Amino acid sequence: MKVLLVFAALVAAACSEQLFVGDQVLRVTASDDRQIALLRVLDERAELQVDFWRHPTRPGHPADLRVPFPNLQAVKIFLESNSISYSVMIEDVQELLDEEKRNMTKSRRIERSTSTFDFASYHTIEEIYDWMDMLVDDHPSLVSKIQIGQSYENRPLYVLKFSTGGSNRPAIWLDTGIHSREWITQATGVWTANKIAEEYGQDPSVTAILDSMDIFFEIVTNPDGFAFTHSSNRMWRKTRSINAGSHCVGVDPNRNWDAGFGGSGSSSNPCSETYRGLYAHSESEVKAIVDFIHGHGNVKSVISIHSYSQMLLFPYGYKRVPAAHHQELNELAKKAVSDLAAVYGTKYTYGSVADTIYMADGTTIDWAYDNGVKYSFTFELRDTGRYGFLLPSSQIIPTATETWPALLDIMVHVLEHPY
Amino acid sequence: QDIDDVGHKYYLELVLEDVLDKDSTVNCTAEVLYHLGNNNIAPDVQVSLEGELKNTDEADNIFYHRIKSLEKELVAENIPDSYGNVPPEMEPIHLLAWVASGYVIWQNSTENTEFHLAQIKHVKQVKRSDEYLEFDYMILLHEMVSQEIIPWQMTVLWHPQHGVQVTQDSRQPKHASE
Repeated sequence: MKVLLVFAALVAAACSEQLFVGDQVLRVTASDDRQIALLRVLDERAELQVDFWRHPTRPGHPADLRVPFPNLQAVKIFLESNSISYSVMIEDVQELLDEEKRNMTKSRRIERSTSTFDFASYHTIEEIYDWMDMLVDDHPSLVSKIQIGQSYENRPLYVLKFSTGGSNRPAIWLDTGIHSREWITQATGVWTANKIAEEYGQDPSVTAILDSMDIFFEIVTNPDGFAFTHSSNRMWRKTRSINAGSHCVGVDPNRNWDAGFGGSGSSSNPCSETYRGLYAHSESEVKAIVDFIHGHGNVKSVISIHSYSQMLLFPYGYKRVPAAHHQELNELAKKAVSDLAAVYGTKYTYGSVADTIYMADGTTIDWAYDNGVKYSFTFELRDTGRYGFLLPSSQIIPTATETWPALLDIMVHVLEHPY
Repeated sequence: QDIDDVGHKYYLELVLEDVLDKDSTVNCTAEVLYHLGNNNIAPDVQVSLEGELKNTDEADNIFYHRIKSLEKELVAENIPDSYGNVPPEMEPIHLLAWVASGYVIWQNSTENTEFHLAQIKHVKQVKRSDEYLEFDYMILLHEMVSQEIIPWQMTVLWHPQHGVQVTQDSRQPKHASE
């Protein structure tokens, strides 16, 4: 009965705002017929606006009255001066309504997140953004969502922050989806973020990492491009920024970083898939990350996830000269790739970008490395060309599952080698 | 191997893996010669197989008769679709495109390219009076170094006993697929 009445009040509250702040519900027990009659008088005093949730029927049987805040004192004096016993059943009706609303929303979301989010299928940007909120709701003391900027078309750039506290702890940056057509990456990002949240407190490595470090994870790093792959052109790679003087749209966000910017590993033609942009960090999607990492000041690893080719790469792409830490990065890549292969036999090659894939300048990890982030890696996920960008969704979970130990290897190494 | 005034020769050892049966493999060796200077000539390729390829007569004949007996010419788009799905009855059309695109890729490869078939945008069967099956494909090739998606038209002939032939192919302007 009470639930029904609260629900009715909730419906009323939903139709208008702040109706019941400070209102109380009093449980009144009339001891004889005279007191029953007095309660009926109370009902007739319209100016007191007493709302009987349960009417007085017989002596000894409780009646429930909702009394608006301004009239509380008057009603209580009335009851006390007539020796009608009462107790305060609900101290603040609005608080109860708010809490109930929160619980209802939460249970709707929990239901959706644990049993209905399908990690084995590809999702739209709206679905991924909704899921992010669910993840935060499910793990409020571990995960939060921050906005680091806006895309060219004004979409929010969201980053999930995994943190168990501290202040500006050393951090690991992960991004997926910088090239929008690489759908396996955003899908792997969603699965992996969920995995990190689940494994904290369960897996010793994840727990050790998050007990000392923070993880920042941007899943839809190029939201405009991603929306475009859904609405118009599945093969879209770049951002969607307009190029002055050209009918061609977009800049390659992985050629737009200020590291070897403008070399032969990128194009000056706006119509090209590897167009570098007019100047480094021209793209708001790139600038937002640059500003975030510089502002943070304590990022120790950047892992940027792409597809396809099955490779694990480290700097440099803009020059053939080995990076100062080439040997250490090479050894770590070797281990990670081996642990990845152990899951389903998927073979990866590894090495510097320039040696292993092709010369590429203005890339994310070269910039990160040249800005003091030693452990900078790029993954190229499945496959090697059979399906390419159009990887069947049946391969999402296997891909994410096999990549997980490789990611962990890198993160554990970062944890164990502070600098 | 740099061969003065001729080009660059590569000696390869490969393992061929059956797409439809991962455990079925065949070793082979190949020599590939990229010609100096002239990028309009396809590289020379010599291949030797150490073993035999599986016999596919039965599946070939089933597909052949299925298409021959269609009342209306086969038409299809977006294979695979955005989600990587290929309807089972389209799988042979997909595999045929893959083989045919292999020819197109070979004819257009240099030391600085790496092509893959990204997608069949459109395929249309062309009815013939003779025993061959003919398909007019519009495919998308993905070139790895430039990251470009290149639309390409190709006309493909096939017969279970006579194999695959690309009778015509031409690179299309970028907007052709959008």
